[in-house]
Amino acid sequence: METLKSDISNYRNLLKHYIEVRDEQSLYGAEQISKMFIKNNVPPEEIINLHIQALEELHPDMPDYFRHSMNFLLEIMISYGIAHQEHHSLREEQSELKSEIAMAAGMQETLLATTKPEIDCLDIGVVSVSANQMSGDYYHFLKGRDDSIGIAIADVIGKGIPAALCMSMIKYSMDSFPEATMNPKTILKNLNRVVERNVDAGMFITMFYAQYIPSESKIRYASAGHEPGFYYNAQTQKFEEIKAKGLVLGVSPEADYRQYERVIHSGDMVVLLTDGVTECKQGDRFIEIEEVLDVLNQYSDLPAQEMVDKAYKHFERMQNFQFRDDFTLMVLKKEADGQ
Amino acid sequence: MEPQSCVKIKQEWDIVKARQLGRDIAREVGFGTVDQARIATTISELARNIYLYAEDGEICFEVSEESGHKGILISSVDTGPGIENLSQVMEDGYSTSGGLGAGLPGVKRLVDKFDIESETGKGTQIQAVKWLR
Repeated sequence: METLKSDISNYRNLLKHYIEVRDEQSLYGAEQISKMFIKNNVPPEEIINLHIQALEELHPDMPDYFRHSMNFLLEIMISYGIAHQEHHSLREEQSELKSEIAMAAGMQETLLATTKPEIDCLDIGVVSVSANQMSGDYYHFLKGRDDSIGIAIADVIGKGIPAALCMSMIKYSMDSFPEATMNPKTILKNLNRVVERNVDAGMFITMFYAQYIPSESKIRYASAGHEPGFYYNAQTQKFEEIKAKGLVLGVSPEADYRQYERVIHSGDMVVLLTDGVTECKQGDRFIEIEEVLDVLNQYSDLPAQEMVDKAYKHFERMQNFQFRDDFTLMVLKKEADGQ
Repeated sequence: MEPQSCVKIKQEWDIVKARQLGRDIAREVGFGTVDQARIATTISELARNIYLYAEDGEICFEVSEESGHKGILISSVDTGPGIENLSQVMEDGYSTSGGLGAGLPGVKRLVDKFDIESETGKGTQIQAVKWLR
């Protein structure tokens, strides 16, 4: 009530001054008062009422028609007042939701954490950035007892929280598979069953699974409808697409996956990515995959992590620092033997 | 307790009648212009719900006094279809997403005390109290 009283006198003085001199200073004062009203969540009908009261004090001889018209205006403002309050409380709700999502995103980060294995013969670089707070991309490294390394890269079709929840499930399924079944085609077959049984029919997951066997300098791989990766041949200095066919996870319970393998030579690279990379846009135009490869080629002399970091920075800038989709790019670089 | 005054809501015109009666009572109780306008809007919302969704219903007013507080009690009783999911109806933005009307959450904000009971197939009862400041 105290503040209301001082508000009235403040408002009245300012109004009086304005009616007398009509200077910019009083209008500046009005701006300040207006901001304070908003801060204190004063509804518009109260402001009209304040105005009426101030006018009556300043001009007790105010004509009746004018007084009535002000009451009419006050009536008009009631619904605006309700809408204003609703807006206010929805905004509070929104900020609560945001902080909940931030917490969930933090949890996701912990849940999905994976450590990049440090091994002599394979230099690994990876960058994964989510478009929103929670990511629907996922990558994971597994080190087998036989020294092999499993590398998974996956993308949920869809974004945001549902996609992120889905990824947590994938990660836990993978953790629960016995090590003996850790070859690419078996992993995809098992995951496909998990996804088919547990995930909503409208949600699909693509995954590329590779396994590197250091003793044979060989990679085995299989794909479940995932964005094709690329193979860089150091001798010809050319990229070629890694062709691997396979059904997206979760479509059919009976899906089988074909496994491929190839020997990789020193200096060669395997590039894995999600469609957030290939669907980068320059203005209104989607970039061509060649542009991704050109950028990687440009940095091919650098260590794998620096390569992907530089490539990420390149596309981040191209997209005005605003990715529309989760972006994951991975480079596996075979190092010269004995290095 | 003073006698109740009620307005049956059958047609849109009755909404205006209910507003008029409610505003007169509010003025007598001593409410200022802003609160009179809020009370009228509350009545409008409640009466419009009866008019739109229930065949039969009325808005009643009582001058209410509770531990030294004076105020107006507005009640709305109808024998309409009832509201199945009250929590949803009381959620911000649910009924106002079309941008029209205050909805029940809006009514709740306009008054000091709000209570609603509803049974599917039987009807809805709402009580709203505004205290004199």
